[in-house]
Amino acid sequence: MRRGGYILLTLIAIAVLAAVQSLAQASQAPSESATPQANAKTAAAVKNWTPARTPDGQPDLQGVWDTASLTPLERPKELGMKAFYTPEEAAAFEKSRKQENNRDRRDGGAQTDVARAYNEGWFDRGSKLGRNLRTSRVIDPPDGRFPPFTPEAQKHYDAVHAYLEANPANGPEDRPLFERCLVFSQTGPPLIPGNYNNLYQIVQTPGSVTIFSEMGHQARTVPLDEHAKLPQNVTQWMGDSYGHWDGNTLVIETTNVRYNDMSHFGTQYDTGMSDRNMKVVERFTRTAPDLLIYRATVTDPTVYTKPWTIEIPMDKTESAIFEYACHEGNYGIVGILAGERAREKKLAEHR
Amino acid sequence: MTRRKLAWMAAAAAGIALLPAAAFAQAPASSQAKSAPAAPARAAIPRLTDGKPNLNGIWQAMNTANWDLVTHGPSQGPAAFGTFLTTPPGLGVVEGDAIPYLPDAAIKKKENYANRWIADPELKCYLPGVPRATYMPYPFEIVQSTSAMLIAYEYAEAVRTINMGKPKEAPVDSWMGWSNGHWEGDTLVIDVTGMNDMSWLDRAGDFHSDALHVVERYTPVNAALLNYEATLDDISVYSKPWKISMPLYRHMEKNARRMEFKCAEFAEELLYGPLRRKPNK
Repeated sequence: MRRGGYILLTLIAIAVLAAVQSLAQASQAPSESATPQANAKTAAAVKNWTPARTPDGQPDLQGVWDTASLTPLERPKELGMKAFYTPEEAAAFEKSRKQENNRDRRDGGAQTDVARAYNEGWFDRGSKLGRNLRTSRVIDPPDGRFPPFTPEAQKHYDAVHAYLEANPANGPEDRPLFERCLVFSQTGPPLIPGNYNNLYQIVQTPGSVTIFSEMGHQARTVPLDEHAKLPQNVTQWMGDSYGHWDGNTLVIETTNVRYNDMSHFGTQYDTGMSDRNMKVVERFTRTAPDLLIYRATVTDPTVYTKPWTIEIPMDKTESAIFEYACHEGNYGIVGILAGERAREKKLAEHR
Repeated sequence: MTRRKLAWMAAAAAGIALLPAAAFAQAPASSQAKSAPAAPARAAIPRLTDGKPNLNGIWQAMNTANWDLVTHGPSQGPAAFGTFLTTPPGLGVVEGDAIPYLPDAAIKKKENYANRWIADPELKCYLPGVPRATYMPYPFEIVQSTSAMLIAYEYAEAVRTINMGKPKEAPVDSWMGWSNGHWEGDTLVIDVTGMNDMSWLDRAGDFHSDALHVVERYTPVNAALLNYEATLDDISVYSKPWKISMPLYRHMEKNARRMEFKCAEFAEELLYGPLRRKPNK
């Protein structure tokens, strides 16, 4: 079973608005950053611990990993160049974030209550900041916010969203890819945590690594040996991935990523964009028995004015991965389309 | 550190302690001899470092079981599509060439057959269930390390996690069910329960209930060939357990791969077309 139509429509509308605002407000923040020291600290930790090897000699990344956390994708503007919280700040942030997030609250009036109908029972987004105590998942640009679109991409984005405002659900293709159960921010690449299903199982076989995402039951097998790439004109929603080891770091490069106007790589909803030039370089480094550091750099010169990088700590978990049969129970898209048809009918009657 | 993490560390410590014993316990010589009497020399089968057959790779059935599990001739599809949607003829894969339906179930199977062009969940890109996933006309990939096993199918991108540890009860019903696996000699045996009653076994309307219990056996013959058997038991649909068997072939192309096939997209018009905005309305 999935979400109810109008509610989600409302949520998405809110998310789009918020994102447009935040993009518009993204400012060049002042200097001063905690990044170099913290990076040095991370580097030292990496040096002090090395992962075991699989029988064929790969650093062993296997197991089930959880990316859920309260860390926001983009840094709150008022934090400027502050990349890390102190433990005290982190505790305060977690407390206030949990209160803000709590959809079981009934203190916001009727409209807010309706928007919260998709309640806490659905969410599994973690209750802590990521273990790196970062203030955002975006770590580059150094202000922790996505770089601006190119002028052409901005024009295209505005046109798409003007169209969607007038035509929110003429057909399924007007809806975000995740509502159609095709791809999700979690499936990536890059892997971006969402509201639930943030588990991944990594299995390493001689010559390849498989990353199995609970969200959308996606098992991406990444060959480590010489492999022919897909021809340029053949694209896949999850792209075409090839990997290699850089010391103890698994590096995966992905191209041939399929896209449409609703491609939302980089954000949970549709505030990001991608096109045929998107390239993702992911780096998985196991820095402790129970911690993988995931970094992904997205380059798309015809969409973003510069590359951007996210960092996501992945915590080892004993949780089992369950089947997420999204499409089979997709009452959400039925509700959204039927709701729009009903709304149109009502509007026509009032004319 | 969260309580959950502590719990994991405890579980991991216990798991590490138990692993070697479990590994040794899994390969009694007698069952190996019994399960693969005609198997060629051990050397013909590629192995992982733990001595288990290495089943990693892309596999596929080469038969028409997905159209009909029992022997069938060709039959007409929707006329507009000419021969594209013709049911291809094929020999059955069921032992005895008949499925032992209970009387009511036999009636339901006939109804399913009559409705197959609108009712087969495959039309809608729904997850296929087990064993159908194995013999659909799409490749699937076995992902096997010395510590974990997945089976990933191209069709609908179905994935099964095979629990190779201590068998566990299905925590909840699902389309692909709950898989407990173990080795009997060189045979991978997977016990599957917890499937819902919504998947079919083929396009001919063969079906099961949520009481279905499947035992699959994957026995490697050589690097390119697996013998596959599945026993299906379902007291509310069949009068007795029945068995299918077929060879599975490894894709030997140098760059064999499972490609992305998110078929949900191709079922949208069928499922949601009537809810589309009509022009001028």
